[in-house]
Amino acid sequence: MSYYLAALDITFDWINYRNNMSSPLALNTQCFHCGDACDADEHVIEEKKFCCLGCKTVYEILNENGLCDYYDLEQMPGISLKSQAESHQFDYLQSDTIQRKLHSFQSDSKNIVTFHIPVIHCSSCIWLLENLSSLVKGVLFTRVHFTNKELTVYYNPGELSMVDLVKYLVKLGYAPLITLADKPKKGKRNVGHLLYLKIGIAGFCFGNIMLLAFPEYLGFEGVDTQLQTFFGYLSAFLSLPVMYAASDYLVSAYKGIKHRYFNIDIPISLGILTLFLRSAYEVITTTGVGYFDSLAGLIFFLLIGRWFQNKTYQELSFERDYKSYFPLAVDKMEGIMIKPVQVSLLEPGDEIIIKNNELIPADSVLLSKSANIDYSFVTGESMPDHRKEGDYIYAGGRQKGTSIRLRVEKPISQSYLTQLWNNEAFQKNAVGHQTLIDKISKYFTFVIIGIAFAALLSWYWIDTTQMVLVFTSVLIVACPCALALSVPFTLGNTLRAMGRSGLYLKNASIIEVMSKLTHIVLDKTGTITHGDKTKITYEGTQLSENDKQVVKSMVLHSTHPLSKMLADYLGDIKEVTLDAYMEQAGKGLQAFYDGLEYQVGSGEFIGVETNEKATGTKVYISKLDRLLGVFEIANSYRRGLKQVIAKLQSFLKLTILSGDNDAEKQTLKDQYAVTNVVFDKKPEEKLEFLKELSDDGEITMMLGDGLNDAGALQQSDVGIVVADNVNNFTPASDGILDAKAFDKLPAFIALSKSSTRIIYASFALSFLYNVVGLTFAVSGLLTPVLAAILMPLSSITIVLFTTFMVNLSARRLNLGK
Amino acid sequence: MNIIVMLILISVVVALTFLGAFYWAVKSGQFDDTDSPSVRMLMDDKKPRSKS
Repeated sequence: MSYYLAALDITFDWINYRNNMSSPLALNTQCFHCGDACDADEHVIEEKKFCCLGCKTVYEILNENGLCDYYDLEQMPGISLKSQAESHQFDYLQSDTIQRKLHSFQSDSKNIVTFHIPVIHCSSCIWLLENLSSLVKGVLFTRVHFTNKELTVYYNPGELSMVDLVKYLVKLGYAPLITLADKPKKGKRNVGHLLYLKIGIAGFCFGNIMLLAFPEYLGFEGVDTQLQTFFGYLSAFLSLPVMYAASDYLVSAYKGIKHRYFNIDIPISLGILTLFLRSAYEVITTTGVGYFDSLAGLIFFLLIGRWFQNKTYQELSFERDYKSYFPLAVDKMEGIMIKPVQVSLLEPGDEIIIKNNELIPADSVLLSKSANIDYSFVTGESMPDHRKEGDYIYAGGRQKGTSIRLRVEKPISQSYLTQLWNNEAFQKNAVGHQTLIDKISKYFTFVIIGIAFAALLSWYWIDTTQMVLVFTSVLIVACPCALALSVPFTLGNTLRAMGRSGLYLKNASIIEVMSKLTHIVLDKTGTITHGDKTKITYEGTQLSENDKQVVKSMVLHSTHPLSKMLADYLGDIKEVTLDAYMEQAGKGLQAFYDGLEYQVGSGEFIGVETNEKATGTKVYISKLDRLLGVFEIANSYRRGLKQVIAKLQSFLKLTILSGDNDAEKQTLKDQYAVTNVVFDKKPEEKLEFLKELSDDGEITMMLGDGLNDAGALQQSDVGIVVADNVNNFTPASDGILDAKAFDKLPAFIALSKSSTRIIYASFALSFLYNVVGLTFAVSGLLTPVLAAILMPLSSITIVLFTTFMVNLSARRLNLGK
Repeated sequence: MNIIVMLILISVVVALTFLGAFYWAVKSGQFDDTDSPSVRMLMDDKKPRSKS
């Protein structure tokens, strides 16, 4: 039962994953709260160092309330507050309609609400959230559902409003994910219940029927025939609930036949039904006790296989409805009042306010002076678009910076964004992909029925009394239970091995696609380079405060990634109004302030000699044609990139696809030996590029950063998000790759290949069993005892074989532990 | 011989009782979340001290 134990620790993989993500590589100072690396001694309390003000605040709150056990249960359990949502984004929860939707119970003194909180990851989280009542006045009781990452809060609406509750959770770092899509989840949970119940029933009957079949196993001859009949009927009675437990297979097989679609459940059901009917016949005619024990055992093992499969997928499921990306409500202007309304109630002509980082829900016209819209979520590269008053703004953009006012032009359902998501490219693999196992089972059924009839015919000449027995024996023993188990166990184990190393796939069928890859496409920024940790150094004359202000204001206007990096680097500096501003795309910026001319840009643009030997990108600054200094921005590629590329190129075609200008093209070609480098591609062109590849018959894998390459990720056969942050995913992707595991990419592909080989090997193994079983069956020697031994044995061997082989190949590839 | 029949029937009834108990456990949600209770029982009962 080693697979049973193996299944139990899946849950904690996620925890390990989370811990791996936050544990820094070096021995740098770690934040006492979240474990992120922190450089400065800026935030220190009692020798405990914190990476940011947010973490420090949480510690202070907990310390004040005597809740520091939080830090004793796990090391550095906290959630980094750096990338948290801003609490004002939850103001829309004041709306009554929304509150009614979210609460499961409401009264004057007690409200019950359940939040989905994706960051729940350890026992400290459970402890803190379940002790919320001693922290927040008005909270009566809280309960965590760890597996679903849900928190149920009972609170007194008289003392605490829902908005304050959510804001408090955000402050602690436990920002709930509130979406429309969360609602219809309730019915789903019963499916899990039912499976547990069915396993229990099948196991119960299996044990009891085996007990009754014992005399038969031991081969007691002169057993009282009356007693034998009684045992037979009792077994038959006990097998009725087993048939209920097997109903899923029977129903699925029925549906398959009805829709003329072959699935593995058809031969399984055939076997189950034959077992049952034949056994019932034997009992009624008192010719034997039947095979009820084999039947119950078979279904018990099949259900355990299914449970394992579900458990694995549950841990890894992250696909969300696209609605999740719309904020539930938006601030609407009503006269001079601002009121939160539900997005679906927005009508053309409504005036709405969009705050920093909020999505624009509908196509609208900008009423504010200017806006900086980031379309990265919809299209690709994260270069914010600058928009002016009166400009038309498409839905799906995200405002960066100050709040803006918009007038809605189109109702939400007709918006471009919805169309984009409803785009055919987003419905990937819905039908077309027929899984390997279904293909095999199609032939399997025909072959088995063929053999059964052949046996029937040959026994017609040998011994007509044995005819039916042989016919049914063939169908019984050929039941492809081992076949049905090999795929979920192999792929399940592969998913787990990949998960332990940092690749999280949406579902198992992706492994199959991955094993057939022919072309891999990598995005540049954020995928093969570090996203945030860009090193910027300044050399030259010390910039005055005034100069800094001007430079900052200039780069803020530009959409070039380098400008963005510089803007981040310069930090919180007050903007000034520039007199004139002009940008030469890809070259530099020019502006006048106070009558003085400023230039920021490449050496060529400024007119200085450049040292081409440098690896980084340089941005020069000049004032009145006099060079002030130079910012050197290191293009920091991920560790081991060269080896990864070399390895991948040894068996795949590889393309680096980027929206950036081709400054780095030569470096990539020379230093990293990349054969195909395609630069200057707009997001739509990226999508087009991948489309062309698949039209050429290539099976593509695209790696992109976060939400930026949504379209291209969807278009590819396997779209993988490279994430520095756990919560950074898109519905378009098939998987998340932990950025730290980037160097293991070739190993992941190799593992997917070997897992397909393992599936084939276990198919061979289970066919071998079938050959042995069929030999017995065809020669009329299949006794109940033999069936009882052979059938579970084949299932267990397959399970052990696949588990062992996958873990072995994972270890050989240095994946897994 | 009848005594064996009796005994087996009784044992089946006993076993069915346990099956019933299992059914009740599943239906009442004891298998909903198999992770947090295992952690929860290890936490100290000590109530966090209230604000002073």
